[in-house]
Amino acid sequence: MAAYKGHRMNPDKFDKGQLKLYLFVVPLALITGLPIVYIFFHAFKPMEELFAFPPKFITTHPTLDNFTQLFKASRSAGIPLSKYVFNSLLITISVVISSMLLSSAAAYAMSKLKFKGRDLVFNLNQIAIMFVPVAVMIPRYLVVEFLGLTDTYWSQILPLIPLPVSVFLLKQFVDTVPDSLIEAAYMDGATELHVYFKIIIPMIKPALATAAILVFQQVWGNLEASNYYISDEGLKSLVFYMNTLASANGNNVAGQGVQAAASLLMFLPNLILFCILQNKVMNTMAHSGIK
Amino acid sequence: MSKKKTWSKVARKSQFNKAGYAFLGPYTVLFATFILAPVIMAVILSFTNFDTIQFPSFVGFLNYINLLTSDEVFMQYVLPNTVKYAILVGIGGYVLSFLLAWALANLTKWPRTILALILYSPSMTAGVAMSVLWKIMFTGDQTGYINSWLMEIGLINEPIVWLTNAQYLLPIVIIIGLWSSMGVGFLSILAGLLNVDESLYEAAAIDGVKNRFQEMIYITIPSMKPQMLFAAVMQITGAFQNGSVSTMLAGNPTPGYAAQLIVNHIEDYGFIRYEMGYAAAVSVVLLLIVQIFSKLSTKLFGEND
Repeated sequence: MAAYKGHRMNPDKFDKGQLKLYLFVVPLALITGLPIVYIFFHAFKPMEELFAFPPKFITTHPTLDNFTQLFKASRSAGIPLSKYVFNSLLITISVVISSMLLSSAAAYAMSKLKFKGRDLVFNLNQIAIMFVPVAVMIPRYLVVEFLGLTDTYWSQILPLIPLPVSVFLLKQFVDTVPDSLIEAAYMDGATELHVYFKIIIPMIKPALATAAILVFQQVWGNLEASNYYISDEGLKSLVFYMNTLASANGNNVAGQGVQAAASLLMFLPNLILFCILQNKVMNTMAHSGIK
Repeated sequence: MSKKKTWSKVARKSQFNKAGYAFLGPYTVLFATFILAPVIMAVILSFTNFDTIQFPSFVGFLNYINLLTSDEVFMQYVLPNTVKYAILVGIGGYVLSFLLAWALANLTKWPRTILALILYSPSMTAGVAMSVLWKIMFTGDQTGYINSWLMEIGLINEPIVWLTNAQYLLPIVIIIGLWSSMGVGFLSILAGLLNVDESLYEAAAIDGVKNRFQEMIYITIPSMKPQMLFAAVMQITGAFQNGSVSTMLAGNPTPGYAAQLIVNHIEDYGFIRYEMGYAAAVSVVLLLIVQIFSKLSTKLFGEND
């Protein structure tokens, strides 16, 4: 009789054995979370607390001054903050949706379909992941200019849709979908389009959610397009605006509060998206019928 | 039955051609235009002398020869720093990601979700936005948080000038690297762990697996190889391609090249000295290094064994 019965991941109830794990995870989580909490406090600090000595971690008299200063700056620059927000939303939503669609289709083809050139594209995709982005900045600018995309929304959308990392991630998950399932669907007369929408997509939802978060972060925080491809101020993105403002205010203590406020505002959408999608990201596919 | 199966596979092959291209095509077009073409251009540039203004002139392998024979900064500082950083943040971060994900997978849902969110949160903060934070933390006089705390608990008597002191700069950069290394690889490991078929564990217990450690080695890791590989590649590329922390803390070049990583070296030549050809050559060398390591991890976690 084996004494060890094997344990289950994702337990339903708390038991004493989990205490050890908490002892390991919680301190690390606290250290990790501290800087974020700090940014949060700093964003609400009034002037005299920013200058306080010795420096205080916790804000005692929270104020919105830093945020109002952010909004004021945008009004005096001529382009309302809402325009930057609109640009960023338009760009981010277009990229995330198209990227998810194209990447998952590509991942499906790379993993489950057989045709000439498939492995070549996959290998090139792998190599591209490993090439440093800084090295391709200038060549990519030349491509964007050659295609006549400078000063359009397209230049901020099209180059960001192909994200080799997310194709790789999705392909790794499509690999785990059993062939027998697809085989059975073909027996029932399904086409590839059916298989893609009815089997692949539902089964790789956790990976899709993860990839969506990844793409969102890339686009939302992307400075390259606004910096190099766009000269029309009205087409630039929110992160560009926040960044210029932050660096303009960067070198004095008073500016730190404004910077922290800007960082917090840019961080929040990431956080919200993650909270919405976390269920998908964390959730087990074990419940979705892959056995 | 077996006859039917062969038939269906043949049918798959002949009709799959078209479907394959249709599914892969749109991505490939954008990928080729905006990623592959620039990468190829960069590789070509590495064989030229290009100051970004005049048309590049072909110089053969000169950039590579210079890099290997006469770039003292690269050999003395950049390469050793990068190796140290890659080992500590790459391997250390990977092991830490796995252990944390494994611990989280053994917790109940809500604590797990919240803890995972906290651990992942550094990856959500854009690098640029966080520069303000680290600068304030490591301010070199007594108004800096770290200095102030260390003095309060009596560990140091005088404030340490963290960011210009060659002794501390690289360790600080490594710590920040580890801080933000619970990224998408960590999430994929977590998803993979939660996804392992539970009946495997029961079967393994019957077959004589005695504890959780054996279970981890014999059951868990082998059945989530795709996720382990993805995380490994992410960690490797991340470890070698990270450099923004060094420059944002201490400028480029970093004082005494103390925290100069390969990426900073590329930026130094490409965007400060405008020697794009040389910068491209360094990028190609970096690509080769990353390739070697990811080949190794493919060997470890590849499907073909």
